[in-house]
Amino acid sequence: MRGATAVALGTTVALLAAACAGQGTANQPDSSEDADASTITWWHNSNTGDGKKYYEEVAADFEAEHEGVTVEISAMDHEDMLTKLDAAFQAGDSPDVFMERGGGELADHVEAGLLKDISEPAADTISTLDAYMPGFQVDGASYALPFSIGVVGFWYNKALFSEAGIEKTPTTMEDLYAAFDKLDKAGIVPVSVGAGDKWPAAHYWYYNVIRECSAETLDAAIADVDYSDPCFVKAGEDLEELIATEPFNKGFLTTPSQSGATSASGLLATGKVAMELAGHWEPGVMQGLTEDGSGLGDDTGWFPYPSIPGQQGTEFAQMGGGDAWAVSQGAPDVAVEFAQYLLSDEVQKGFAELDMGLPTNPTASSAVSDPALAELLEVRDGAPEIQLYLDTLLGTSVGGAMNDEIALLFAGEATPQDVVDAVQSAADAEQ
Amino acid sequence: MADDVTAPAAASSATSTVARSAGRAKARPADRRPGGGRDERGAARGRAGVWRKRAEIALFVTPALALLVAFVVVPVATAAQMSLYRWKGFGPMVDFVGLRNYVSVLTNEVFTDALVHNLIIVVGSILLQLPLGLAIALLLNRRMWGQGLLRTIIFVPYVLAEVIAGVVWFQLLQPQYGVIDTMLEAVGLQGPDQGFLGTPEYALWTVLVVLTWKYLGLAVILFLAGLQGVPEELYEAAQLDGASWWQVQRRITVPLLGPTMRTWGFLSMIGSLQLFDMVWILTGGGPANATTTMATFLVNEGTKRQNFGIAGAASVVLFVVALILAVAYQQFVLRRDNDDAPRRRARRAPKEVER
Repeated sequence: MRGATAVALGTTVALLAAACAGQGTANQPDSSEDADASTITWWHNSNTGDGKKYYEEVAADFEAEHEGVTVEISAMDHEDMLTKLDAAFQAGDSPDVFMERGGGELADHVEAGLLKDISEPAADTISTLDAYMPGFQVDGASYALPFSIGVVGFWYNKALFSEAGIEKTPTTMEDLYAAFDKLDKAGIVPVSVGAGDKWPAAHYWYYNVIRECSAETLDAAIADVDYSDPCFVKAGEDLEELIATEPFNKGFLTTPSQSGATSASGLLATGKVAMELAGHWEPGVMQGLTEDGSGLGDDTGWFPYPSIPGQQGTEFAQMGGGDAWAVSQGAPDVAVEFAQYLLSDEVQKGFAELDMGLPTNPTASSAVSDPALAELLEVRDGAPEIQLYLDTLLGTSVGGAMNDEIALLFAGEATPQDVVDAVQSAADAEQ
Repeated sequence: MADDVTAPAAASSATSTVARSAGRAKARPADRRPGGGRDERGAARGRAGVWRKRAEIALFVTPALALLVAFVVVPVATAAQMSLYRWKGFGPMVDFVGLRNYVSVLTNEVFTDALVHNLIIVVGSILLQLPLGLAIALLLNRRMWGQGLLRTIIFVPYVLAEVIAGVVWFQLLQPQYGVIDTMLEAVGLQGPDQGFLGTPEYALWTVLVVLTWKYLGLAVILFLAGLQGVPEELYEAAQLDGASWWQVQRRITVPLLGPTMRTWGFLSMIGSLQLFDMVWILTGGGPANATTTMATFLVNEGTKRQNFGIAGAASVVLFVVALILAVAYQQFVLRRDNDDAPRRRARRAPKEVER
C-alpha cells in the first residue's frame, strides 16, 4: 500500500512533467467547406498603424466591387499568427486567404491537402510574378502569390565605414576581408551575427552554397536527395575561412538576432558594430530598437553578399524570401479573386508607398520611398535568380537540422562535411 | 530548484486525497463492525448508505478527475501516440513508424547530452543549494537585527518570474558590455572572451549558478520552516549537557531537519528534470548545444522543426526518466519518512499542504 502510494506520487509527478510535453491533436482536416460562399476570412500580420488601416480600406474596396461579398479581417502579431495558423491547420479550420513563406513548408501544406491549386484561376497574375514563383510551386502547380520578396545582404553603418577609411563597399570576399581589417584597425567590431537564433548564422552558409553551387546542382541535389557534390563542402570551407578572421561581435554564439539592444540588430542600430547580414526587415527592426525610432537613419547602407572567386553559382544571384497569399482548399472561388486583387497594381502601389514590404508587382517598385530599401530592390530586380532561404526551401525538419549544425560550425565544433552530413541524414529521414 | 511549485503541490495534494480516501475506505468496515447484528432493514439502510457514500465520492472526485483527464492524461496519451508516427503537425496522422522515433532520439547525441546536462543539474543544484541553503537557514534562524528583512531578500529571487530573472541575468552576463564583465575589468580581471554564456565550457556552469541564485530562496524558506518544527526543549537540554553550538547543529538540528531536506531534494530533482525556461532565455540550449536539456530538445524538435513524432518520443523518454527517478527517490530516500511513526507523519502532513 505504501509502495503503491509512492508509485502513485511518482507517476503523478512524472505525468505532470510530461504533460507539458504532449500537446496538439491529430484532427483530420475536413477541408472546411465554407457553407457561406460569400464570406472570405483573411489573416495578415499588418496589425499596427497605417498598414492595418490600409488593408481595411483594401478589403472595403473589394467588397464594394463584389456585391454580397464580405471580407473578415484578422490582423495579428506575426508570431501570434504563425501559432494560430498551426493550430488552424491542425484543427482543419484554416482561414480562406493567409500568408505562406513557400518552399518545403508550403510543399508540406500542399501534401496535407490544405492549399488550393490556383494555377488556372490566377494564371494572369502568376505570369507577372515569374521570377518569384518557383518557391511557391509544387510539381508545376502554383499555390500562392508572392506579394513581398526581399533579399539578404549586408546592412552597414556608413559613418563607421568612412571612419575606417573604406571607400567602396566590398564586392568580393577579398574586399570583405580587407574591410574587416580596416575596421579592426580602427577599433570597430566589423560584424554582428545572431548565432543564438541559428538562422542568421546559417544565412552565411546558404549564400556560400548559392555562390559555390550552380542552380542546377542545387536543384538536382534537392530533387535527388543527394548532397554529395563537393560544392556544398566548399561552401562550408569558405565559411570556416570567414569565421577564422574573427570578425564577429563578442559572444555571438548566444547573441539573439533582433531582440533588445544587445542583439545583432541592436548592436548595428546603436553603432557598436559596422555591419550585419540581414534581410529587408532590418531597417524596421533597427527603428524599433533605437530610442528615437530612427534606427541608423541616414547612415543606413546596404550592399549585396560578395562573390567568391571561381564560384560555380550564377553571378549576382541573390538569396531571399518573403510572403505570399495562399488560398485554402475549402475557400470559396471569390477568395482567389481577392488574392489576385491584393497583387493588383493599385493595391501593391499603396503597399509600397507605406513601406509595408517590397512589392513584387513590377509597376509598384518605383513607389518604395526608403532609399536603402530602394537600393536593395534594384539589386533584387536585377538578379538573374533569387534563391529561397535554404531552410525554408528544405522545410522545417531538414532546415532545423541544417541550421543547428551550421551554428556548431560557427562554434568550431563541426566541420564543413558535418553540415552536409546533417542535411543529408535529415533529408533521408524525410523519405 | 523547483521549476514549478504548482506541479509538486498538485502532486502532494493528489496523494493526500488518495491517502484520505484510503483512510475513509478503511474506516467504513470499522463503523460497520458494531452493527454486525443489524436486522435486514438496517442492512438495507447500510447498503443505501454505501451507495450514497459512493455517489458522494463520485460527485466530489469527478471535477478533479475530469480536469486531470483533460489536461494530463489525454495530452500524455497523445504524446505517446504521436511518438509512434511521423507527423508534421497537420494533416492526418497516418505514417506509422513503430519505434523508429525512439531509436532516433536515443541515438541522437544532442538528446543524450541533454539528458547528461539534466543529470548534472539535478546533482549540481542539490550539491550547491543544500549546504548553502542550510548554512543560510541556520544563520537566519538566530535572533538578530534585520532578520525579517534578510529573509525577505533571500527569498526575492524565487518570487521573481523566471523570464524576468532570465532576461536580467542575460543582460548582466553580456560579454564586453555586461555589468559582470565591466566589474571584472574594474578589478583587473577579464571574463572569457566570448562571455560566460557564449563559451561552451562555461555555459552550463553559468546556468547552474543562475539557477542556484534563483532557487536558493526556496531551500532557505523550507529549511527555516523545518527549523521551527524542532522543539525548543531539545536545544535547552543540549545546552544543559554542555553541547557546543556546532554539536547542537550537527546532532539535533540537521537530523531533525532530515524530512524537510529530503522533501526539498525531491522538489529540486523534479524541477531540474523539467528545466526549460531559464535555459531557453539564457542560451536557448547553445552555444554548440552545451546547455540543452530534455525539455529544450523536445521544444526544438516539436515546435521549431515540426518533428512531432521525435518530440513525442523525447517526451515519453523524459516521462520515463522522471518516473524512474521519482519512484527511486520515493523508495530509497523518502521511504524513511514514510515509514515513520504515524504521529510524526500526521505532524508533517499539514506542513506539506501549506507549501
